[in-house]
Amino acid sequence: MVIPLQKPPRKNPQVRTRVPTLPSHHRSRSALFMAAAAAEGRFMLQVCAEPECLAVQYPARDACSSCLSDRLIWQDVSSRGKLIATSTVRTSTNIYFRERTPWRLGTVHLEIGPSVMCHLHSEVTVGDEVQLINRLDKSGQSVLLALPMEKAPLQEDDMQLRELTCDPKFRRILITDARNPNAYALAKSLLEAGASAVFIGEAESWRPYPDRSKLESLQGVELVSLDVTDTSSVQELAGEFGGKVDILINNARFVRPGGIQGRGDVGFAMDEMQVNYFGMMRLAQAFAPAMAGRSADGVNSAVAWVNVLSAYSLVSNPGFGSFSASSAAAHSLSQCLRAEMASSGVRVVNVYCGPTEDEGHQPLPPPKVPASTLARELVKALQAGLEDVYVGDIAKDIRRKFMESPKVLEKEMTSLEAL
Amino acid sequence: MEALKEKLENPVELLSSALLSGDVEVVDLTHTLDPDFPVIVLPPEFGQCARFRMEEISAYDHRGPAWKWNTFTCSEHTGTHFDAPIHWISGRDLPNNTVDSIPPEHFVGPVVVIDCSEGSAQDDDFELTPEIIAAWEAEHGRIPAESWVFMRTDWSKRHGAAYLNMRDDGPHSPGPTPEAVRFLIEKRNIRGFGTETVGTDAGQGAHYTPPYPAHFYLHGAGKYGLQCMCNLDQLPATGAMILCAPLKIKNGTGSPLRVLALVPKGGR
Repeated sequence: MVIPLQKPPRKNPQVRTRVPTLPSHHRSRSALFMAAAAAEGRFMLQVCAEPECLAVQYPARDACSSCLSDRLIWQDVSSRGKLIATSTVRTSTNIYFRERTPWRLGTVHLEIGPSVMCHLHSEVTVGDEVQLINRLDKSGQSVLLALPMEKAPLQEDDMQLRELTCDPKFRRILITDARNPNAYALAKSLLEAGASAVFIGEAESWRPYPDRSKLESLQGVELVSLDVTDTSSVQELAGEFGGKVDILINNARFVRPGGIQGRGDVGFAMDEMQVNYFGMMRLAQAFAPAMAGRSADGVNSAVAWVNVLSAYSLVSNPGFGSFSASSAAAHSLSQCLRAEMASSGVRVVNVYCGPTEDEGHQPLPPPKVPASTLARELVKALQAGLEDVYVGDIAKDIRRKFMESPKVLEKEMTSLEAL
Repeated sequence: MEALKEKLENPVELLSSALLSGDVEVVDLTHTLDPDFPVIVLPPEFGQCARFRMEEISAYDHRGPAWKWNTFTCSEHTGTHFDAPIHWISGRDLPNNTVDSIPPEHFVGPVVVIDCSEGSAQDDDFELTPEIIAAWEAEHGRIPAESWVFMRTDWSKRHGAAYLNMRDDGPHSPGPTPEAVRFLIEKRNIRGFGTETVGTDAGQGAHYTPPYPAHFYLHGAGKYGLQCMCNLDQLPATGAMILCAPLKIKNGTGSPLRVLALVPKGGR
């Protein structure tokens, strides 16, 4: 039985905030492929490529456990199996688990062959058919957890599962840019997902914008003063609200069409860098320390930092060449932030989005990502505990081609035909 | 004895004494450079006015143990600022049309203040017309040549969204009609025109012929603009003097600056 999650009471000011601890993060380099799969929520194992073998491997290794071939290919495989044994850890020398006992572990015999050790959802018992999920734990490494075949009531409330996800339920969110046309859809989706409060940063309140009254009408939304290009404003908000931000969603974006020669100046490029790159840096310098310190702070612990990036952070779209470059800078910075947040367990989630349905992309042909789709995918990713999310057909296409060959993708995007 | 006489006849010494004694008061007409102070807003496809921003370089810490300093950035036209003739296309070919080439004596001079605060309180699009100027002159005398003319609207007392007063059809704030600007230039040969609003033109100034008449005519005639000023309600209609030297920026089209007014005691 899942114990229903209770809305956390107000914090007791006399109780010290629990210091974050992490589960073991030691893995072989081969096992990082599982972490990469977990980042996208995929269940992948190595399969021997020898035609007469085809053995599925677990754990990750460099040579086939059956025929010793080194031709092991990472593949999406079935995650179904049978729970054949369980065990409950009641104490541990590992501080992370010691603070979270009792912790259930089990052995699942996968229908594709191997038996694996995994974490258990509270709804599964010995003999059950189960499905495994591959997720990142607080140390950023891949772990497996067995879920019931059919979704249990309040399944997401399970403590061991919630340790792997960034569920907005009962958490407080900061969306950094009220002026972005996606702010309303984001706020609405997060509130529907159970967020207890959504703060939305509003820059330049002296300048009206269309969605203000819609945002104000949402129960649970609070507009706060924030301009990611203004260090003092970022610091001030972090000083006031930094300890109440459990999930930060950086949707601030400056986008204009144009590359290098068509523009003839660096004006818009400076704006793009100010918002897309320096904005993220200012936010991280101001908010990340407080979030890192609160990543073990109970039901509404700080859990995720979400960057809404462009898919063109992976490869230049010359029509938006300067914006692409600022996105690439932001993407690189987010990797740095990920490294710096690793010791806290706060997940840095990158949402790679294709061209969005807004005035910045108005002359582009469809498909374009509506704000509602971005919001839905982003919330789903938080609930599922993903680290990398690709939203929209164009982003998914770029992802596939980027994984296949970044150089071929570059050739495709920058060839004379493409222009 | 001779030295004392010289001293009493030296007009600068007299002014210094008056400042020291309080017979001449200094009024600051400048808004604080603040990151959140409104700037002119243009359609997104145009280049934009850079907001005032400040980044700390060190504050008696590992970045510089004994000193604190900041890097600030802004447009030439952010906050209380000066417009040079080169700012507008009509003044682009004039001699001495940049802030670094304007003769320095033009930055110090007399100012007259036309009070339009009552009308502006009632009408966001209040216009300064030749008729209003004529009525002002009937009361206060002819506007002297080479003087600054300030349009007082008390607009500087507005805050937040009420300052730009932006609506779907653009901003709404008071300003001069084309005829009023031409009168001040052609019939009175003023040195410059100053306002409390975000520009020297009315919020809806784009819809006059020519568009933005204050910018077009003033700068076309080699005259200057001052905008985003405050405390104009502390100036007398006549008899004050201003100091308004912009930063000496090479080929600069304008500059944020400190505008100070010298006002005879009791003249406020």
